[in-house]
Amino acid sequence: MGKQALSDDILLTVEKPARYIGNEVNSVVKEPGNGVVRFAMCFPDVYEIGMSHLGIQILYSMLNAFDDVWCERVYSPWTDLHAIMKEKNIPLFALESQDPLHEFDFLGITLQYEMCYTNVLQILDLAHIPFDSKERTWEHPIVIGGGPCTYNPEPLADFFDIFYIGEGETAYRALIDLYKECRSAGVSRNEFLHRVSGIGGMYVPSLYNVEYDAEGLIASFKPVYDDVPAVIRKEIEMHLSDTYYPIKPIVPFIKVTQDRVTLEIQRGCIRGCRFCQAGMLYRPVRERDVELLKSYAVSMLNNTGHEEISLSSLSSSDYSHLKELVDFLVQYAEEKRLNISLPSLRIDAFSLDVMSRIQDVRKSSLTFAPEAGSQRLRNVINKGLTQEDILKGASEAFLGGWSRVKLYFMLGLPTETEDDMRGIAELSNEIARLYYELIPKSERKSRVQIVTSTSFFVPKPFTPFQWASMNTKEQFLEKAHFVNDCMHEQLNSRSIKYNWHEADVSILEGVFARGDRRLGAVLKEAYKRGALFDAWTETFHEEPWLEAFESCGTDPAFYTSRVRSTDEILPWDMIDIGVSREFLKREWDNAINEKVTPNCRAGCSGCGARVFGGGVCFEA
Amino acid sequence: MVRLDWVYGMNIKVRIKFSKYGLMKFIGHLDVMRYFQKLLRRADIPVAYSTGMSPHQIMSFAMPLGIGLESDAEYVDIEITERIASDIAVKRLNEQNVEGIKVLSFRELPEGAVNAMASIKAADYEVSFSDAMAPDFSCFETLKDMYEEPRISVLKKTKKNEMYVDIKPGIYGIWGNEERIGMCLSCGSTLNIKPELVIKAVYDRLKIHMPEHALLIKRKEIYTETDGVRISLDKIGDDIE
Repeated sequence: MGKQALSDDILLTVEKPARYIGNEVNSVVKEPGNGVVRFAMCFPDVYEIGMSHLGIQILYSMLNAFDDVWCERVYSPWTDLHAIMKEKNIPLFALESQDPLHEFDFLGITLQYEMCYTNVLQILDLAHIPFDSKERTWEHPIVIGGGPCTYNPEPLADFFDIFYIGEGETAYRALIDLYKECRSAGVSRNEFLHRVSGIGGMYVPSLYNVEYDAEGLIASFKPVYDDVPAVIRKEIEMHLSDTYYPIKPIVPFIKVTQDRVTLEIQRGCIRGCRFCQAGMLYRPVRERDVELLKSYAVSMLNNTGHEEISLSSLSSSDYSHLKELVDFLVQYAEEKRLNISLPSLRIDAFSLDVMSRIQDVRKSSLTFAPEAGSQRLRNVINKGLTQEDILKGASEAFLGGWSRVKLYFMLGLPTETEDDMRGIAELSNEIARLYYELIPKSERKSRVQIVTSTSFFVPKPFTPFQWASMNTKEQFLEKAHFVNDCMHEQLNSRSIKYNWHEADVSILEGVFARGDRRLGAVLKEAYKRGALFDAWTETFHEEPWLEAFESCGTDPAFYTSRVRSTDEILPWDMIDIGVSREFLKREWDNAINEKVTPNCRAGCSGCGARVFGGGVCFEA
Repeated sequence: MVRLDWVYGMNIKVRIKFSKYGLMKFIGHLDVMRYFQKLLRRADIPVAYSTGMSPHQIMSFAMPLGIGLESDAEYVDIEITERIASDIAVKRLNEQNVEGIKVLSFRELPEGAVNAMASIKAADYEVSFSDAMAPDFSCFETLKDMYEEPRISVLKKTKKNEMYVDIKPGIYGIWGNEERIGMCLSCGSTLNIKPELVIKAVYDRLKIHMPEHALLIKRKEIYTETDGVRISLDKIGDDIE
């Protein structure tokens, strides 16, 4: 019988005990000892979110494919268990072995969104690992961070020993070899970290000194030793059809957010939307071989018993063999009674045909993401979707039987005017009008349902908007109310439902997205004052954050609404993603001039990602 | 000779018996159902699907097992589209099982058999105490005394209200010792008695508060009734050769 870190009494007290027991189908149990490196891979959010993440499953299967490594999983204990663990001083443990984390060699933490940063501190706290890297000894695991937020890891610089910059498939082997070598040679922890900085993609934050000028801007950012690289280039897997893939993914007992097989068809995006960080970070686009994907799909479905498969990519419609893959999956799904979900598909004749084959048209809705309400602003953000595209897609859909449409927009984009905002309401109305024009009264089952949602724009590092001023909370809410008023003025307003997000979380996201290492103090203070699970509306509270900023003397506006000069040293300048700063500057100018830049297949704009020697940059 | 139900593609009803123990006791009933759906797919059992807009596997569990309970005898009825030898099915299912769920039998039900859920009449349980929360009185002795009396009245709480009920008619037998208390209890649609309720009656009688999560409960068997005789649910079907 498996070991249990928590007593029956505790497991029967907390909500969903299955979050904490491990033992799932395809989870990996190895024999510890004999020089096996123990790696705890953590997604700092609740189990159901963390288990839905493909990246963790990729790394888990890769690390466990190494004979000398045992990789296990850790997720954030929910608030109920958190309180019990604090009260009874129970150390945080990994799911598979149920062993406490402080016994591990590595603690890897994926950083997927800024609002999980207090959960990172929770993990360290419950694991009895000191918050600050410099206070750790060989008694503690090496704490390594990865994922999209490590492209500006600075707010977390104090808490991590290493940040792995880039895609995980390439450098872990070298890191583990170096670790084993250093441990058997008896070198110090600091010396080990120093040597780690010599491996590609490894950023060791303690090895860099930051100085600030009188205005609080970064004056210099330099490595403390000559042999530590001043710039770290991201790691990238250029051979996506010849690398690790989790063909035996773990099958959770409880229902998780993504309760299905996920097939990553490609990495990167050719589109170049100027607000989109992923679109820049993962350049160049690299596709997976279609035959390989078909065989992955079949193996993964057989190995899990899942009844649903989903394609994953930033823009599935741009995958060159999409039709072949989808035709295969649709036929396979019919035979095996499976469901298919196809997110991030452009709405056109092909996708509508596919969707009508795989789902109930009456129940499903169509999603468009125009992101901005006017063509002018869509040109600013380089969103290639035109009003004509949207209306054409919608009319084909209405004629095909759909009557529900979801529209996604952002508020607070650079150069935004009242006309752009009014455009959100007008476009929503136009789509509703189109429905009533196309579908005769006798054929209408019900009123058309348009659900329009706006989120608040948060400028992100490594995008052309990284220098942009972010709106204040008051501006955001004013804008949302303005759009809401415009909605009411529309002829078809009764067919439109308008939703907008809360603004306070967006402001915090903005602070940490472009923050520097001085924010570590704010994070610690907010955690001490009770901030945890900030990504969840039911657990987010603004007060601890306001108090933390106040007590640290930090002005959030310095990081959000302040206009940055393009000469400023940015906290993430030590990272090189291949896409050049010159390209981003050029794109920032193009944005201001409302000038559209073609996608990678329509014409190369010389972003710099060619340096990786493959992908879309070298397509025939 | 060709069997007619093969020719006409008639489904075959099958009853699966399995045990649930160890860590799996923390997996609730709905998740066990989801687990079985995926298990049947992984084991490539030719399970039959319902017809209609959203087809699902034809599957029905005899009786939910609460979180925290173990069992030597859980039952689920499914339908399959073609026969598969019992020993092969059991082997394939167990190859795909996690530690804590073990398939014990896979038997074809005779034509017209009542499904497991509708046929249950009684279940055996074994109750012991978790080390830290064992009582300092003789629980089994008190239970035996109580069982001699004509009525055992307990306060039964439902979602809507609470009332005193006599559970004596629902207790078909008790046995065992202070370490392990065995009991056969009525279950199904008419009278459903849970083992906690019986032990709670003992604590109530002595006016002692029963701590939460003190009991370790294992379901030992589930029965139906034929001509007034209780027989376990797996005796209804036959192994498939």
